[in-house]
Amino acid sequence: MDLLLRLMYEFFKTGLFSVGGGLATLPFLYEMSEKTGWFSRYDVADMIAISECTPGAIGINMSTYAGFQTAGIPGGICASLGLALPSLIIIIVIAKFLNKFDENKYVQRAFYGLRPASIAMITGAGLNVAKVTLVDWNAATFDFLSSFPENLPLISFVKWPALILAVCLFVAMKKIKWHPVVFLAISAVIGILLRF
Amino acid sequence: MRELFDLYVAFFKIGCVAFGGGYAMLPILEKDLVKERGWTTMEKLTDYFAIGQCTPGIIALNVSTFIGYNKKGIPGALVATAGFLTGPVIIILLIAAFLSNFAHYPVVQYAFSGIRVCVCVLILQAILRLWNKSVVDPVSFVLYLVIFALAAGSQYLPVSVPAAVLVICAGIFGVLFGKTPDEMKKKEEP
Repeated sequence: MDLLLRLMYEFFKTGLFSVGGGLATLPFLYEMSEKTGWFSRYDVADMIAISECTPGAIGINMSTYAGFQTAGIPGGICASLGLALPSLIIIIVIAKFLNKFDENKYVQRAFYGLRPASIAMITGAGLNVAKVTLVDWNAATFDFLSSFPENLPLISFVKWPALILAVCLFVAMKKIKWHPVVFLAISAVIGILLRF
Repeated sequence: MRELFDLYVAFFKIGCVAFGGGYAMLPILEKDLVKERGWTTMEKLTDYFAIGQCTPGIIALNVSTFIGYNKKGIPGALVATAGFLTGPVIIILLIAAFLSNFAHYPVVQYAFSGIRVCVCVLILQAILRLWNKSVVDPVSFVLYLVIFALAAGSQYLPVSVPAAVLVICAGIFGVLFGKTPDEMKKKEEP
């Protein structure tokens, strides 16, 4: 019982201080690993790998996994609850505030600034995923330096199957109004068939 | 009571397919919550994402909490958030207990390479959908470029600025120099 409470507490702290995307929890997980010895740094690497392959936010997935490693199923549940609690409270407070003040000039002006910033961050996140999926870094870094400037046409750096799939998906999603889940499933199947 | 149940189920379904994290979730949220159920609008969704950037916690959870709150107050917020969490928590517990090699199976890796491509496209869609409401004039476009440059280039800068700080600065910029929707409409009328 004591362990479960400690788990919740540690993950509550993590949830409170990791702002931004899911991997923001990473430094906290490493620190937790060292401080508590509940799981090792290798476990953290496993957590990342699995979290990327499962639905849901990476932060939650990692805390569930870490909690499970530490204290089984109750541990997984407590860790996730701990992580989710701070944002739950904070967002409820903000939502109440917004409902009262959304006609307020200053709030509206703040959003004028927040919205482009938000999209800028999303663009950054998108580029990060694109970097991994669409560019063949092994080819890029090695060949680029040794065969500049012949390699200026960046043909060998692009993972063509991925790019073609991306373009097809984009067009298909515009024309066919299926639920995005269908396209996710199709992409998974294509990934398996073509051994991405 | 019925509505709380619907809320839970809706977010449970979303949580089960939320691959790629918060941003890739946007087209799914749009389809389920805006188009099919009319529970919120794209404008509000944009704002929730914006706030979710600078508050602690996971964007996907924050957005769920917002929508739940606006639907049914505090119980709604709790239910929506719990709904979103349920699927992933169960899935991870199952994998951790029985399939800890899950990530190492080639089939899984191939499948997820494919899914990641789809995630890219979903994020692109999210950007395109949010663009018109977010970057409304040259000033906001410049703000977009500046924030993007600082965020993307943070590894090359001498001091790395945390994303939350950038977003909060953007908010302050907005308060000082920004325009409200009414002010922008007035500008358009001759």
